[in-house]
Amino acid sequence: MTATPTTPQAPGAVAPAVLLHPVKGKVIAVTSGKGGVGKTFVSANLAAALTRRGLKVLVLDADLGLANLDVVLNLYPKLTLHDVFTGKCELEDAIIKAPGGFSVLLAGSGLVEYSRLTPEVRDDFLRLMEDVVPRYDVVLLDTGAGISDVVLFALSLASEVLLVATPEPTSLTDAYATIKVLSTQQGRQHIRLLVNQSARLGDGKAITAQLQAVLNRFVGTVPGANAAAKSLPLVRLHHVGDIPSDQAVKDAVMRRQLLLLHTPGAPASVAIGQIAARIEETVIRADEAV
Amino acid sequence: MEMGALRFDKVDALLRQAGVALAPPSEVGDARYLQAVLDALCDLSSTDSLTGLMNRRAFLSVLEQELDRVTRGGEHALLLALDIDHFKRVNDRYGHPAGDHVLRVVTKRLREAVRPMDNVARIGGEEFAVLCPQCPPSFATAIAQRTRVAIESAPIELPEHGPITVTISVGGAFAQPWVKGNLSDWLARADQQLYRAKQEGRNCVRLEPYASADVSAEEKGLLFGWSATDEQVADHGQSA
Repeated sequence: MTATPTTPQAPGAVAPAVLLHPVKGKVIAVTSGKGGVGKTFVSANLAAALTRRGLKVLVLDADLGLANLDVVLNLYPKLTLHDVFTGKCELEDAIIKAPGGFSVLLAGSGLVEYSRLTPEVRDDFLRLMEDVVPRYDVVLLDTGAGISDVVLFALSLASEVLLVATPEPTSLTDAYATIKVLSTQQGRQHIRLLVNQSARLGDGKAITAQLQAVLNRFVGTVPGANAAAKSLPLVRLHHVGDIPSDQAVKDAVMRRQLLLLHTPGAPASVAIGQIAARIEETVIRADEAV
Repeated sequence: MEMGALRFDKVDALLRQAGVALAPPSEVGDARYLQAVLDALCDLSSTDSLTGLMNRRAFLSVLEQELDRVTRGGEHALLLALDIDHFKRVNDRYGHPAGDHVLRVVTKRLREAVRPMDNVARIGGEEFAVLCPQCPPSFATAIAQRTRVAIESAPIELPEHGPITVTISVGGAFAQPWVKGNLSDWLARADQQLYRAKQEGRNCVRLEPYASADVSAEEKGLLFGWSATDEQVADHGQSA
């Protein structure tokens, strides 16, 4: 990836409605515009791939109202985030090891009251993040889909947003809407895009280019440093890779196993391994080199 | 407490002058009388005597409460600063009683133009303010324009001089949900927009810019290349 552009600011930039206040540390929010595009599948398998690369990883179930990380991982712990928030147990008791070797903190059931963004939800969640993030090399936030205030709040805490989309038109439209909201309301300038269930090689690159072109036109660009310099997009998409449409994924999901454990050699598994390598290099270890 | 130790002559004079009639202690008892006096004094010190609107002091305390609510509540609040255009000319040409009349008519029209839960205040000579709680930015322009149009729509009839046209300039600023705002900053931002409205010709509304995150049909169309232009294709290559 080329060097990231210096922070572009629109002339007379608007104060963001939801301030970006990333928790100190590496937090990657995995999100999507539309539901059912494989967010949780990506979170879990990416966590496994990053763990295999020697990183200490936590996946945090941040889809507080409609969590299903437990279903994907086939884990049913006695203690969950719900018990931490309601004071029934310590944080340590609710963090468990997932099959891929990484840690997970599951939302658990009975979190209907957390599907609305109330001051308690914000406060509980913020404290939790500040407590847990420093203990890991990277924390993946498995968020809900869409642009509800709960999702936007979770995203505002993340240092990076990994947006999952499929090539379907509805998924792309909703991905575009999410990017636009993150740019205009949170002032986010970089968003990573992962294209899941891609049918052909190069799908993801073309989709990224198309989204970027429309974003440049409607969200805007700022002029370069001088007349000769290229103008910079206000929000820039970084394509992290594609996961090809793969029968092995469907099999693993139905068996509720991690793809990386179920079919390590499947094309989708290989792709996730490559994406993990790219994310480690460009996101997790990016600052260490400086 | 001994009522005899308290002096009521000043309060009595003030309340009588303000037209507030209280039942005497001999009728309602000492405690209820004292409470009524306190309430009446609070009302007086928070009301603008000319227009009956909240005065600046009372308005600031309402704003402060609203900032707290917005911080907890997740819904924008809009603060409008409104100023009668060229009000000095009215006073100079027709005299102060005419100016007072204009202030009262403007008050009445503003009250009718805003939503029931909005608070109107007179915060300076010819300067008014409106606090609109729970006002998403997408609705703000409509609300602000309604106040401007309410003043412009019909001339104000001066008792001895006939009709005159009066207009107002309106500036507006938002309190952001979940963000602990600062009262003087909010007021200053609304004032800044009012200044802009004055600079840009008066009788207009200027609100803090707000970027809409809605996705238009045109954007959707472009996403799928239904109306791809050359410019877009060129851009395509650059941003890949």
